[in-house]
Amino acid sequence: MAVKTYSAGVKEYRQTYWTPEYTPRDTDILACFKVTPQPGVDREEAAAAVAAESSTGTWTTVWTDLLTDLDHYKGRAYHIEDVPGDDECFYAFIAYPIDLFEEGSMVNVFTSLVGNVFGFKAVRALRLEDVRFPIAYVMTCGGPPHGIQVERDIMNKYGRPLLGCTIKPKLGLSAKNYGRAVYECLRGGLDFTKDDENVNSQPFMRWRQRFDFVMEAINKAEMETGERKGHYLNVTAPTPEEMYKRAEYAKEIGAPIIMHDYITGGFCANTGLANWCRENGMLLHIHRAMHAVMDRHPRHGIHFRVLAKILRLSGGDHLHTGTVVGKLEGDRAATMGWIDLLRESYIKEDRSRGIFFDQDWGAMPGVFAVASGGIHVWHMPSLVTIFGDDSVLQFGGGTLGHPWGNAAGASANRVALEACVQARNEGRELEKEGKDILIAAAQHSPELKIAMETWKEIKFEFDTVDKLDVQHR
Amino acid sequence: MSEIQSFKQSEKYETFSYLPQMTADQVRKQVEYMISKGWNPAIEHSEPENAFGSFWYMWKLPMFGEQSVETVLAEVEACKNEHPDHLVRVIGYDNFAQCQGTSFVVHRGE
Repeated sequence: MAVKTYSAGVKEYRQTYWTPEYTPRDTDILACFKVTPQPGVDREEAAAAVAAESSTGTWTTVWTDLLTDLDHYKGRAYHIEDVPGDDECFYAFIAYPIDLFEEGSMVNVFTSLVGNVFGFKAVRALRLEDVRFPIAYVMTCGGPPHGIQVERDIMNKYGRPLLGCTIKPKLGLSAKNYGRAVYECLRGGLDFTKDDENVNSQPFMRWRQRFDFVMEAINKAEMETGERKGHYLNVTAPTPEEMYKRAEYAKEIGAPIIMHDYITGGFCANTGLANWCRENGMLLHIHRAMHAVMDRHPRHGIHFRVLAKILRLSGGDHLHTGTVVGKLEGDRAATMGWIDLLRESYIKEDRSRGIFFDQDWGAMPGVFAVASGGIHVWHMPSLVTIFGDDSVLQFGGGTLGHPWGNAAGASANRVALEACVQARNEGRELEKEGKDILIAAAQHSPELKIAMETWKEIKFEFDTVDKLDVQHR
Repeated sequence: MSEIQSFKQSEKYETFSYLPQMTADQVRKQVEYMISKGWNPAIEHSEPENAFGSFWYMWKLPMFGEQSVETVLAEVEACKNEHPDHLVRVIGYDNFAQCQGTSFVVHRGE
């Protein structure tokens, strides 16, 4: 057996943490980082430094290293790869043994993986592109409180995407006026309405009054339409205590669904709330405010596919994913990739969609993909094609901005949605024949006809900032 | 204001209920889709006043493995004839997702 002795000083990281001969174990957590090293730092050393700083290492040797088996606990940089189209960066693949992490803790995993290492001087920029969670770790996490199938049964929605709308203006409505806007949307044909993310409990509308008036709106709309309805009551709050208080009240008045912002609210709060939702039969809608701070820059931060995996493990029944066609950023192939990561049970590595690892979710339920932001009836054929049935399509301005009001706007969207689903099922190509399909549907829906005239010219055609690294530019 | 129309409320029945009631040919195409997805067709019916609940009356049993659109449509007709004042819906059971792949009302009562 090799004997180790203590010798103080600084070793090159690669001596310990660069292990190209290592074959990752099925139980390892694997990460792919895009590394932009400082000039003069070679790839192996930079990769090893990232492995070290995100696991066991510090900058110098310490005698207490010898009290443990560092070779067992250390992260290992095991592979390096070119980034297509970018000579300054490279991909570093790092394997972490599963016992570096507390079970069921997104907080703990990411405190390591994206902790100090992101400020580390030897790298100029660093981006976490993907993480493979071994099934052994997945099974320690609670995951979505209910999942897609259970939500469909609870809400009685089958064979089509669900339809939602964020109530606007985002800020400033009184609780009763807000409830009116909700009622109009729901009676017009939406399944859900939503609190905007920054609606929490401000002086102009405290949460308790909002909850009361919204619940009255839901009950009335359900009675009149004969359909099941909900409103995402935002329980995101300054403290966990306050968050649970609001969640308990939502349950008390019979609300079917609440919402949380999992990044600004924090993974700790989110995981706790997801567990509460599971125990209390409450659906959980998840918003992602602050994500673009981390996921938009192509060389630095955390890719959204990782944030999506975090949410699936931490828990949520819906997650916003971008729309591809609306006002917010999102490349189509990459978006389809993370939608699959949210909904499917096994996703294969596929670089053309930015997926670096096979991901096995085992029995963990799936999450509805939510498309929201700058979309209107003309986008419907593309949205149904891109997102498929297991999604929530949310038209904010596209419902409330209808010239005849919310109920008419809601009805226009519902007619457009059902016409597209019907046509798709009949084997028609939605993205090619979308215009004809909508025009035909508008013949028996004056609401849809007016909506189509109103939004005919609106397009959001800016190039995406964060593109997939699939070809040499 | 003269060009603004008031929204007219009416009872709905979830998927496809915002479209006009389907013609026989349109129903046929939806059943074809269901079978092509590998789902098991089933028929349920209910008095309109009890339609809000999860459980309607089953018409016989789900038609497991049924590949003939004609057979399914004939059962829909039989159900309608026996319960002309009921709502009738067609369901596609997806036994892999353990959830209904689709469900829609084909007869809105008389």
